[in-house]
Amino acid sequence: MARVVVDVMLKPEILDPQGQAVQRALPRLGFDGIADVRQGKRFELELEGPVDDAALARIREAAETFLANTVIEDFTVRVEESQ
Amino acid sequence: MTTRVGVVTFPGSLDDRDAQRAVRLAGAEPVALWHRDKDLHQVDAVVLPGGFSYGDYLRCGAISRFSPVMDTIIEQAKLGMPVLGICNGFQVLCESHLLPGALTRNDSLHFICRDQKLRIENASTAWTGDYTQGQEIVVPLKNGEGRFVADEHVLDALEAEGRIVARYLDVNPNGSYRDIAGISNAAGNVVGLMPHPEHAIEPLTGPTTEGLGFFTSVLKQLVSA
Repeated sequence: MARVVVDVMLKPEILDPQGQAVQRALPRLGFDGIADVRQGKRFELELEGPVDDAALARIREAAETFLANTVIEDFTVRVEESQ
Repeated sequence: MTTRVGVVTFPGSLDDRDAQRAVRLAGAEPVALWHRDKDLHQVDAVVLPGGFSYGDYLRCGAISRFSPVMDTIIEQAKLGMPVLGICNGFQVLCESHLLPGALTRNDSLHFICRDQKLRIENASTAWTGDYTQGQEIVVPLKNGEGRFVADEHVLDALEAEGRIVARYLDVNPNGSYRDIAGISNAAGNVVGLMPHPEHAIEPLTGPTTEGLGFFTSVLKQLVSA
């Protein structure tokens, strides 16, 4: 089965308080040197059929209308090669 | 004829009964609407209540926005039917693109529950006609993702067009841009509000009764329409 991965991230100009909280916690746990953390979402879509242009176009549409809120979020779509 | 105001129940709605009660106390007939039913049962206006529809999965309001009842509500809202979205309902309205912007995690990351002072900035929407411009009211506020964000152009347009309906006073509880607690669409029939006027309608249970005005306003609007 083919897998398509959609990554959704808050736009850079949108404050990410969750990412900030994670960043503040890292040094307390001894993980130093991390300047910034942004937290996002990853969707793994298993396709029933082949990953062709039509299928990818539909997934982009799903990402644009549903998986991401493009008012505040950006998304990327990529095909994950099967092992 | 009695004015009929629909209140939608999504899976995970919490404040639908309180909204129905507010509608009844305001003098209208509350009509329970079910998320899977496209039929609005001849209601004159709709309230989208607070809660955690679909468990806030994906994003608050993102899944509810595609429920069958919302297809009809979006269509009717564009034709002028008054719609009030409270808290989760506000999130649904933003996800539906009936209102601009989005509601994101509170800047403190804490869920906030408090009695909140607001200033009514626009007393000419379908839902605020019974208030006076600049009137200060106190109603409960309870949210984890109530921080209103939009880009600068949208915020400037909202200000210029008088579409900021209410602002937080004294404390900005969630980091909302420009202290925005509620906004409307350009026509003023669709209003989204993060605080909960339906919890401030009776002295026994609310900090004030100053929330009732939202529900009486829409009645007058509909009777005079």
